[in-house]
Amino acid sequence: MTGDMRQGDALMTLEGLTKAYPGVVANDQVSFSLLPGEVHALLGENGAGKSTLVKMIYGLVKPDAGQMTLNGTDFTPVNPAAARAAGVAMVFQHFSLFDALSVAENIALGMDNPPNTRELAGRIREVSQAYGLPLDPDRIVGDLSAGERQRVEIIRCLLQNPKLLIMDEPTSVLTPQEVEILFKTLRKLTSEGTSILYISHKLEEIRALCEHATILRLGVVVDTCDPREKSARELAELMVGDTLHVPSRDPAEPGEVALSLSGVSMPSPSEFGTDLRNVSLEVRKGEVLGIGGVAGNGQDELLAVISGEARAREGSITLAGDEINILSPSARRARGLLTAPEERLGHSAAPEMSLTENALLTGSVREKLVDRGFLRWNKTEKFARRIIEAFDVRTPGPDNAAGSLSGGNLQKFVIGREVLQNPDVLVVNQPTWGVDAAAAASIRQSLLDLAHKGAAVIVISQDLDELMEISDRFTALNEGRLARPVSTQGLSVEEIGLMMGGAESDEVAA
Amino acid sequence: MDLGQINPLLLLASLMVAATPILLAAIGEAVVEKSGVLNLGVEGMMITGAVVGFAIGVTTGAPSIGFVAAAVAGAALSMLFGVLVLYLKSNQVATGLGLTLFGLGLSALIGKPYEGIKAPTMAKWEIPLLSDIPVLGPIMFRHDPMVYVSLIIVALTWYVLTRTRAGLILRGVGENHNAAHALGYKVIRVRLMAIAFGGACAGMGGAYISLVRVPQWVEGMTAGAGWIALAIVVFASWRPWRVLLGAYLFGGISVLQLNLQAAGVPIPVEILAMSPYLITILVLVVISLRGNHGAPGSLGREFHATH
Repeated sequence: MTGDMRQGDALMTLEGLTKAYPGVVANDQVSFSLLPGEVHALLGENGAGKSTLVKMIYGLVKPDAGQMTLNGTDFTPVNPAAARAAGVAMVFQHFSLFDALSVAENIALGMDNPPNTRELAGRIREVSQAYGLPLDPDRIVGDLSAGERQRVEIIRCLLQNPKLLIMDEPTSVLTPQEVEILFKTLRKLTSEGTSILYISHKLEEIRALCEHATILRLGVVVDTCDPREKSARELAELMVGDTLHVPSRDPAEPGEVALSLSGVSMPSPSEFGTDLRNVSLEVRKGEVLGIGGVAGNGQDELLAVISGEARAREGSITLAGDEINILSPSARRARGLLTAPEERLGHSAAPEMSLTENALLTGSVREKLVDRGFLRWNKTEKFARRIIEAFDVRTPGPDNAAGSLSGGNLQKFVIGREVLQNPDVLVVNQPTWGVDAAAAASIRQSLLDLAHKGAAVIVISQDLDELMEISDRFTALNEGRLARPVSTQGLSVEEIGLMMGGAESDEVAA
Repeated sequence: MDLGQINPLLLLASLMVAATPILLAAIGEAVVEKSGVLNLGVEGMMITGAVVGFAIGVTTGAPSIGFVAAAVAGAALSMLFGVLVLYLKSNQVATGLGLTLFGLGLSALIGKPYEGIKAPTMAKWEIPLLSDIPVLGPIMFRHDPMVYVSLIIVALTWYVLTRTRAGLILRGVGENHNAAHALGYKVIRVRLMAIAFGGACAGMGGAYISLVRVPQWVEGMTAGAGWIALAIVVFASWRPWRVLLGAYLFGGISVLQLNLQAAGVPIPVEILAMSPYLITILVLVVISLRGNHGAPGSLGREFHATH
């Protein structure tokens, strides 16, 4: 093992770390080491045990067995404060900022002995300048963009001069330009001797940034490699442990306009949401329209205005030429416009209800599951079984609660439920968010198949690789405005970045 | 009708007395809600504080000891709520309502032997020099100590919440309990302390009714003050100084309508009597039309440590 050779001058070593939860071993005898100043990738599918492992290093979870050392001495953090004191800092994927508090207050909460407010504000300005991450300490975090929010987290870590910085999926919400800025910051840090433990699903980024990778599968270290010497596909196959199926399709001539929005404006129903401003788009039969953009730029609002959960204040929405803005969501469903929102638990599915009941919730109209006010359970259960079979949903049966399924399986169910109703127009938001590679590939394939059969499909996603892979035309949401759609053929990353960044492009260049 | 017999000085002075119970309960509840917990049991904790404070005050002859006992009783009752909600993960709304019902019943039981007794009076503090200021002196500086204590609590709450690290942690826990937990803060411990503070304040607020305002023990004597306190927290957008404003506004209307009744204003007594509640509802409607400003992000949500 490379681990043994590297141990002598390592910053941190993990030896036989094991953590079991009831029914599942999250980490089984995990060992590897981190050198000073290296970027070390931790790769694995959802449920491979990456989060549990970094939580143990950060003192949030206690290992059942195994040892860690930091700079050659025993390291057993009892809580995050102890880990921070030892020089370990962590940037979380989500959950770690306080919307209603200011930037300075957020940063103070992540420090153990923060200086007084004015001194802290000064140091925030200082560090943010030094690392090229402009940030105003007095702004309220809820008003910041995703990229700025991440700066808050990073600066919170940098103020403590960490020896080891853990980053969990740091780029999932960033534009390509913001990713570049982040990578510059990280390279500057490693040149100063800080080690970085980097978790990401984006294999191209790992190949660009990391010198060493440890691959986890089902809680076990299955391989280590230098990601610069592997292709993204090879890395993916190491993670999955199988050959990867890449979605394919035959390009078809787009048909007539199925759904069109013109000049749609809508104030956001939620406090920290984004208002839609003068959004116009057309999607034709047989085509996939990809809508990119960083989360929180109006994606949820756009889906709501199309599904009928919210009404457009101005503008018109037409389905096959008929105005539908005044129609309710079920009336739109009856006419063939189906949607699958982003949040699996609570929006597109009811977690406590069975899969059969969840199938009924959106399928009742088109599948005729209701007869004169009475529910037809037999027919509903058959529908649920059809989804489970056709989309390879791994579950003991349709009586299981939706919340008991893993993210990928529930997502397959939610997408399958809409696809099997033969929509004329299907709108999905983040169809593969947090879904592992194999399930994501099968979801994408089903969307392509649907378009091939003549349906119009809109895919809203933050995953640019996904959009490039499946969409015919691409556009992006930025602060509630939609860029003019362009053909995906020959579209460069820079052009995409500019579409996503919109008015923010000046700041990104700074 | 004779509006001339309403003495504005007396009116303003009695406003402070009328508002103090609600002010105490509301400032306590504001802290509880800032930590992310909705405790609907304010009424129950107030009435328990009222009866315990009265009983101990009468027994010892010292109202101050009564207030301390009321604070302890309110805090003890709130701990029942805290354990149920934070450790046993019971529903906050249902548990809070249950706490109110429990407090009303418990206080009736404890209070039976004390009915018809008069409370020992609490001496007024005439603050030297300040109380001699014309106009302002009689209004503001000739009250019993609890009025000043309540104002000091408001000021301290404001200071702690906005200027200290403890307050920042409390706000952080209430704004996003998952984030606070991920950073290593003890969400449950912070909330338990906030709930105890809220209970103690509600207890003192209740005791102020039975020991100073009325001053005797009558079953169910808080008569909805706890619910008004809850409304004032929303009215105040969870800000301490606005809690003070809201409580004094409500207290002022309560006192004014009594004076108007006495003066024989040709408005039906029923309408005058309901006016403080009516105006509270109106103000709340106006405020909620402008959006739900300042509600802590995790308010009322159940917290599960994710590992």
